[in-house]
Amino acid sequence: MSMRTGRATRAGQYLALTGYLVFLAFPFLWLISTAFKPARELGSLHPTWIPRHPTLDNFRQAFDEQPLLQAAGNSVLAAVSAGMICVLIATPMAYVMARHRGKLSAAATGWVVISQAFPFVLLIIPLFLILKNLHLINSLAGLIMVYVVWSLPFALWMLVGYVRAVPAELEEAASVDGAGRLRTLVSVTAPLLAPGIVATALFAFITAWNEFFFALVLLKTPEKQTLPVVLTHFIGAEGAADLGPLAAAAFLATLPSLLLFAFIQRRITGGMLAGAVKS
Amino acid sequence: MRALTRAAAAAATALTLLLAGCSGGGADGTDADGTVHLRFQSLAWQTESVKANKELVAEWNATHPDIQVDYVQGSWDSVHDQLLTSFEGGEAPDIIHDASDDLADFAYGGYLADLRTLLPGRLTEDIPAASWSTTTFDGGVYGVPFLQEPKVLIANTKILRASGVRIPTADRPWSWQEFRQVTKELTGKGRYGVAWPLKEPVSVTLNLGLSAGGQLFHRGEDGKVDLRFGEGDSVVPRTIHDQVTVDHSAARTALGMGGSDTLPGFFGGKYAMVPLGFAYRQQVVEQAPEGFEWSVLPAPAGSDGTAQGVSPQTLSVSEDSPHKKEAVEFIDFLLDPPNTVRLAKGDWMLPTGTKALADPALHTEDQGWATGTALAQQLRPAPAQSVRGYPEWKDKVATPALQEYYSGTIGLDELTDRLVDDGNRVLARYQR
Repeated sequence: MSMRTGRATRAGQYLALTGYLVFLAFPFLWLISTAFKPARELGSLHPTWIPRHPTLDNFRQAFDEQPLLQAAGNSVLAAVSAGMICVLIATPMAYVMARHRGKLSAAATGWVVISQAFPFVLLIIPLFLILKNLHLINSLAGLIMVYVVWSLPFALWMLVGYVRAVPAELEEAASVDGAGRLRTLVSVTAPLLAPGIVATALFAFITAWNEFFFALVLLKTPEKQTLPVVLTHFIGAEGAADLGPLAAAAFLATLPSLLLFAFIQRRITGGMLAGAVKS
Repeated sequence: MRALTRAAAAAATALTLLLAGCSGGGADGTDADGTVHLRFQSLAWQTESVKANKELVAEWNATHPDIQVDYVQGSWDSVHDQLLTSFEGGEAPDIIHDASDDLADFAYGGYLADLRTLLPGRLTEDIPAASWSTTTFDGGVYGVPFLQEPKVLIANTKILRASGVRIPTADRPWSWQEFRQVTKELTGKGRYGVAWPLKEPVSVTLNLGLSAGGQLFHRGEDGKVDLRFGEGDSVVPRTIHDQVTVDHSAARTALGMGGSDTLPGFFGGKYAMVPLGFAYRQQVVEQAPEGFEWSVLPAPAGSDGTAQGVSPQTLSVSEDSPHKKEAVEFIDFLLDPPNTVRLAKGDWMLPTGTKALADPALHTEDQGWATGTALAQQLRPAPAQSVRGYPEWKDKVATPALQEYYSGTIGLDELTDRLVDDGNRVLARYQR
């Protein structure tokens, strides 16, 4: 009886999981389908999952009309730089906040939490004016700085959790065995923290990769614009859209983050398991 | 420890180089040799329109080596926010493409140049006064209206012909009453006579309401505006409401749709007619199945004929631009009649300029151009586009009230109360 109940529960779980995956995958699969459909199929009352006459015209048109490769390059530069810089700054800060709990650390934590409550529309004009004074308008450097500042609080919050999950006893044991502070950090803490660092970098990367509004207002010339900004160029007044090329461009824009996730996800899991064994 | 220091130094150097490499140069608009650089932010988005704009910029640059224009692509979807921050930061483009209903706040805010003394007589005279009034605020002219589109009925020709109903023309359009009757006749098994895409119901209702004498916004001698809902204001909303909830000749499901969303149903024969902007013909041409026959009919007429409100596309000059004269010279070139025709055809819209509008290319029966141009004389400024507080009234009061009325949730009295009483409270805050 209990075995039967267990099977039923498991079947239910798989069913729920399948439903969830279908729900998540639907928009992406429909995007792919749309990207390969000719204009006449887009206007069909009975749309099909598989395009009846698949075409690459939408991709050709998207590349002809907008500088997608250049925009993708800008997005990669902004997102990778923001991810790396964010992690470089957040890691030592998170370590201090996690290991040395005091009034300053508590205040810093409080500030991080409060800073998440600021809506970006409140920040955009002061940020714009500051960057203008620094001659960093229409500059990817300015945009990267904004992305780092924007991602830093949450990245810090994430990393503090990861540092706290690394048992302090391991560092104490290393110290008892004669390892210095730096050696302990490099040989003991860093490997256990690696999955957290990667996850945080990934978070900062995705945040920057998808970000639209800062890029829209800070970048002026077409050569500097990022992918989310260029994608809006396929949208017209009153919500009319050049649907085929828009879907083709959006499909291409989702690929880098998907590939990155697919590549890194296994390593994060692996790192977590390694950490679990060591602790 | 030394390794760590070296790594930190290398990272800092890389970051410095990265930031230096990414930095944009500071352009003051004039080169050392005196060449003036203007930034023209265009909102063209359709393939032909982008092509026409870019070609015209290239032609200007080739013939004006001392005034070079940089084409900057903007987006309708985000233009207001993007311009607002650009104005605040003093980084706005010199020449700004937008729509007249978006200009009021920028004009009153002092962000746009008053063009009265800069515009050439040719342009001033060629564009009708009604169009100029869409960009005139507090006596100043803050944009050149250059393209506009009426709302038309795009119809399935075969269904229309088979039904035997009278086919309307620009000279003899349907009345609103006749239109209601026709949609009943066109309704059949699995088919509605009309699909009203009313995701954004306010501008459609107000703009078409002008045909029946609806005005809703009334400006007093003191310059203050108040809302009054008269008989003329009720004609269009009542027709749509009755088609949906009484006759069932209009598809209820279409009420939440945007214009593009109705096209598959239209192509599939589910709707006999769809009221859409004139520019939607481009999507019909691209997406209609082989052999699909469609035609463009004028929107129904009321006591004021086929009058309807429009918010033309505009070209403005930023107040902060150090080269306003040169910017207006470029606008003058761009709106030279033959060039305006190229822009109009690229955008599938009508020019405001009379010379461009007279071009034979815009009077062909093909793709409904002739029907559109015949309606051009009756186009008026959209009601309320210069009324401060209109955006809030639209979003907070009129949109939900009209959506509820069209779906049958509330009646005409409740609609009137909400539009007028709640609306006047909103407007009062802006007119103290």
